[in-house]
Amino acid sequence: MSYIPLSTSDLAIASVLVILNATLSFVLHLGLERQLLIATVRMIVQLALIAVVLKTLFALVSPLWTGLAALAMILFAGREIMARQERRLLGLWSYGLGTGCMLLAASLVTLFALTTQIRPEPWYDPRYALPLLGMILGNTMTGISLGLHTLSTGLVRDRSAVEAQLMLGATRWEAILPVARTALRSALMPIVNAMAATGLVSLPGMMTGQILAGADPVQAVKYQMLVMFLIAGGTAIGSVSAVLGGVYRLTDARHRLRLDRLSSP
Amino acid sequence: MLIVRKLHRAGLLPASFDLDAGECIAVQGPSGSGKTLLLRTLADLDPNWGEVSLDGKLREAMPAPRWRRQVVYVPSESGWWSERVGDHFSDWEETVMLIKALRLPPAARDWPVQRLSTGERQRLALVRALILRPKVLLLDEPTSGLDKEAARAVEQLIAERLDKGTGVLWATHDAVQAKRIASRCLFLEDGHVREGSP
Repeated sequence: MSYIPLSTSDLAIASVLVILNATLSFVLHLGLERQLLIATVRMIVQLALIAVVLKTLFALVSPLWTGLAALAMILFAGREIMARQERRLLGLWSYGLGTGCMLLAASLVTLFALTTQIRPEPWYDPRYALPLLGMILGNTMTGISLGLHTLSTGLVRDRSAVEAQLMLGATRWEAILPVARTALRSALMPIVNAMAATGLVSLPGMMTGQILAGADPVQAVKYQMLVMFLIAGGTAIGSVSAVLGGVYRLTDARHRLRLDRLSSP
Repeated sequence: MLIVRKLHRAGLLPASFDLDAGECIAVQGPSGSGKTLLLRTLADLDPNWGEVSLDGKLREAMPAPRWRRQVVYVPSESGWWSERVGDHFSDWEETVMLIKALRLPPAARDWPVQRLSTGERQRLALVRALILRPKVLLLDEPTSGLDKEAARAVEQLIAERLDKGTGVLWATHDAVQAKRIASRCLFLEDGHVREGSP
C-alpha cells in the first residue's frame, strides 16, 4: 500500500507532450495553437485552485463549508444543464427545474451512501462527501439534460400527434406518454451503456485512481461498483423528476400542450 | 345548444354566437383570418377567455378531456401517434361502417400511416372524431384534399349526423359549399367575427 508522489519536474517533462501537440498544429496549419494554450493554462489553474480548495476543506471538516462547496457544485451543474438545452423553458423554470431535480437526486443519493455504506466519521467528512457528490453530479447532469432536451424537442416535433390525442379527449399524461418515454430512455441509456462496458472497454477513473494510490484492486472494484449503483440511482431519480416536471410545465390544468412556454429556437 | 359569449384570445377578437342542435354554421374568411384559431379555441386547445357552454353547462365545470370528447375538433392536417392506421381506432367494427361510407376499403386498418394520401388522412381523421359521437363537430376544411365524389360522401355523412342532432361548425373556403351545407355563416376578418348568411 504505497503511492509514488509526483514532483514538479515530472509534470514539466509530461507537458512536453502538449508542446508536441502545439507543434503539430502549427506544422499542419490546424489553427489550434491558441485554443490549446488557453485550454492548457485553464486546466492547470483550475486544478491548482481546486487542490487548494479541497486541501482547505479537508483540513476544516466543517459541515457549513462542505455544504456550501456542495451547493456551489450543484449550482454550476444546473447552469450546464440549462446551457445544453436547445429549446429552454421560459422564466425561472429554465434554470430551476434542472437544478432542483439535481439537488434532489444528488443529495438523496450522496446522503444515502454516506450514512449507510461508506459511513465516514463524521458523516459529512468532505474527503468522502465531495468526490462522491462530484461523480454522482456529473452523471445525473448528463441524464437530466438529455431527458429535458429529448422531451422538449420531441414535443415540438410530435406536436400534431400529441394534440391529435388531446383533441379526442386524452388527458395530458396519456397524450405525452410516448414522448416522455423516449425522453426517459435517452436519459437512462448512457448509464446503462456505461455499466455494460465497464471493466471491458473502459477502466473507470475512480477505480484506476485508487489502484494508482496503492489500493487493493478488489477493494477498488468494490468501490467502483458502489459508485455505479449510486450513479444509476441518481440518474434515475433526477431524470424522472425532471421529465415529469417538464411535462407538467409544458401542459396545463386544461390539458393543453403549452409550447409557448418554451423559448423560440 | 352551444352558447359562446365574448370568446377571445391572441389573434381573435371577442366573438359571441349560438349553435343549435342539428344546425350547421359555415365559418368563412380569407386565409389567416382566424378560422382555425376560432375552432381550436372552442375545443379549448389554447389559452383563451370568455364563456362557452354546452347544454347549459360551462366548459370549466368539466375536465377538459370530457369537454373535448363532446366538442371535437378535426384539424385540416391531422396528427397520428402510431404507425398503423388501425391503432388509432378503438372500435373497428363501427369504424368499418364509416370508412366504407367514405369510400375507403376495410383493409385500411393495416395501412401504414406514412403512406396515406392527404385525402385518406382527412377522411380517416374525420372517422376518428365521428366514432366519439360528439354533440358538436368543429371541422376545419374537411374536404380540401378530396375529389368531388369523396367530398360529396363527407357532406352526406355529416348531413346524417346533423339529422341526428349534432351541431357542426364547418370552416370552408368554398362559398358554393358553404351555401350547400349551412344555413348560417360566421365571417372572419382579421380576427373579427360577424354573422351572416352564406
